[in-house]
Amino acid sequence: MGLDIRLPLGMIFLILGAIMFLYGFFTRGSAIYAQAGGLNINLIWGSVMLLFGLVMFVSARRHKH
Amino acid sequence: MHLSLVDWLIMLVYFVFVLGIGFALKRYMRTSTDFFLAGRSIPAWVCGLAFISANLGAQEVIGMGASGAKYGIITSHFYWIGAIPAMLFVGLFMMPFYYGSKARSVPEYLRMRYDEKTRAINAFSFAIMTVFSSGISMYAMALLIQTLGLLHGIVPDAWVFHVSIVLSALIVLGYIFLGGLTSAIYNEVLQFFLIVAGFLPLVWIGLRNVGGWHGIQQRLPATMTHSWRGMTHASTNSLGVEVVGLVMGLGFVLSFGYWCTDFLVIQRAMAAESEESARRVPIIASIPKMFFPFLVILPGLIAVSITSHTTTAPTTTASHRAIPLDDAHPHGIIPVKTDPINGQPVLDTNGNPVYNYDLAIPVMLLNFFPTGILGLGLTALLASFMSGMAGNVTAFNTVWTYDIYQSYIKKDASDAHYLWMGRVATVGGILLSIAAAYAATSFNNIMDALQLIFSMVNAPLFATFLLGMFWKRTTGHGAFTGLLSGTAAALVHHGLTRPADAAVGIHGGWIHTIHLYPSDMAQNFWTAIFAFSVNLIITVIVSLFTKPRPEAELVGLVYSLTPKPIEKHLVWYQRPLTLSLGVIAVLLVLNFVFA
Repeated sequence: MGLDIRLPLGMIFLILGAIMFLYGFFTRGSAIYAQAGGLNINLIWGSVMLLFGLVMFVSARRHKH
Repeated sequence: MHLSLVDWLIMLVYFVFVLGIGFALKRYMRTSTDFFLAGRSIPAWVCGLAFISANLGAQEVIGMGASGAKYGIITSHFYWIGAIPAMLFVGLFMMPFYYGSKARSVPEYLRMRYDEKTRAINAFSFAIMTVFSSGISMYAMALLIQTLGLLHGIVPDAWVFHVSIVLSALIVLGYIFLGGLTSAIYNEVLQFFLIVAGFLPLVWIGLRNVGGWHGIQQRLPATMTHSWRGMTHASTNSLGVEVVGLVMGLGFVLSFGYWCTDFLVIQRAMAAESEESARRVPIIASIPKMFFPFLVILPGLIAVSITSHTTTAPTTTASHRAIPLDDAHPHGIIPVKTDPINGQPVLDTNGNPVYNYDLAIPVMLLNFFPTGILGLGLTALLASFMSGMAGNVTAFNTVWTYDIYQSYIKKDASDAHYLWMGRVATVGGILLSIAAAYAATSFNNIMDALQLIFSMVNAPLFATFLLGMFWKRTTGHGAFTGLLSGTAAALVHHGLTRPADAAVGIHGGWIHTIHLYPSDMAQNFWTAIFAFSVNLIITVIVSLFTKPRPEAELVGLVYSLTPKPIEKHLVWYQRPLTLSLGVIAVLLVLNFVFA
């Protein structure tokens, strides 16, 4: 099929990862993280998702060329 | 529940992508094969993830979390015994016939192997079943959105249920209508990764909170943290099933009956680009499937390990932390079930509150996820509902168009006509699902009864396929009578037995109770064992008395008459057998660790 699934997959993880990362960055030290055991989970998980999205996106691009 | 802008933004991005994929794929939908079989062009790993995702509907995420909270890690048997062996079997032994025969659906394989009447029972029962399953998924999703108050303040409370149904229906309709099976498969892959991304941090934070697996073991009774303890007798484990019923009933009859014959999952493998890929699809799928208990069952266990709401009552938490929970009712943060009409807590016959275990995973999300990642967690939950629904709808439109419409209504139309019919069937399937969802709201017992009937239609099915694929002597008359007798045997068995704690009626014993089972699960497993055995015996007997088909017609459909697949050119890790052995090795380790 003409569309490589890794492209939309990479894109959604990059976008969601970026949203969470930025939100986490601007809410550092906020009281909302008490329920997550003091972890800034938005910042941490946002970066994990950014990384995964990047791997998918790049591998889709590479495959194409 | 209060959601902030960022949570909504995350959910919005997800919905934009789901529909965007449909639009992006629209231009590739030229023939009916593109629409129903994704042009048989999808890589194995993509089909593999769609294979498990299609099954990962509401029932799985909510139900397995609930079972985890109620019964413990023993629920993992539904994966380690109840799925993996069957998934390996279908990949290793059955896929060459499904894919190699060029059948476009499972009922069509039955017509090629047996005859028209055997196909007809399978096609009709399957079509009805998928519509109801998709309706149940839709109903469960709307109910959850209502219970969580997700749309509270956005739409009037009285409308929330209807708005949820219509919205979910429109979205699923949109992407399948546009991009057919390819769109469904691509979205299932997306949903798979979102479910993992949403639940993995939940398990991580949850485990940190309760002190890891070790902490759970200290807080919960031993039967909940060991998957094999007390399995020799039904009264000594929380499922109320003994090992024979578990392994034969769940592990063999029910699981092989589902994973090896259900077109909902087989369709994903049929979309693969080659026969080799098709064989790898279920085996690749079994790898993440093995670890799913940690994603969907563990949150349930964590939910009952937390002694109380940490956010609302910190003082009691501290004093309760060290003491193991009451053996009989470990309920942690599981909320009490409330009556939807008067809002009062539901009490059982002894006056104790009833806990709503179905909310185990949703309350875990609310308890541990701050705003931001909460949006991701809710997206994961919604994604699981959507993939369950979409899987059923794509299977329905294919079986309807190829096995019912093309076979019995309009035989020789152009391919463009069937492509059009597929789109019409998608709309029809969604409308019927909505009707089923509303039927579930008004007649709860009817849904129970229907699910019971489906389980009886499905229970004997695997014998028909097993004999068809591996015994060339099996005849169409044999298969047909065997299938009907198997279902009849299931009905009779259900009428003659009942679970010890249930009254005579819908739970069994409606003919005359001659045997009591320790639990409804045990009864269910044994019903399946009886149905399968009766089907097997009757099919063999009738086949021996009827005329077999000439061997030349069965090439590619039966094991002994089909050339064995050649694997020499594949690298070792691409070979289905090597992959399967690896999966079995890991499976054994997991069972030993959690025994």
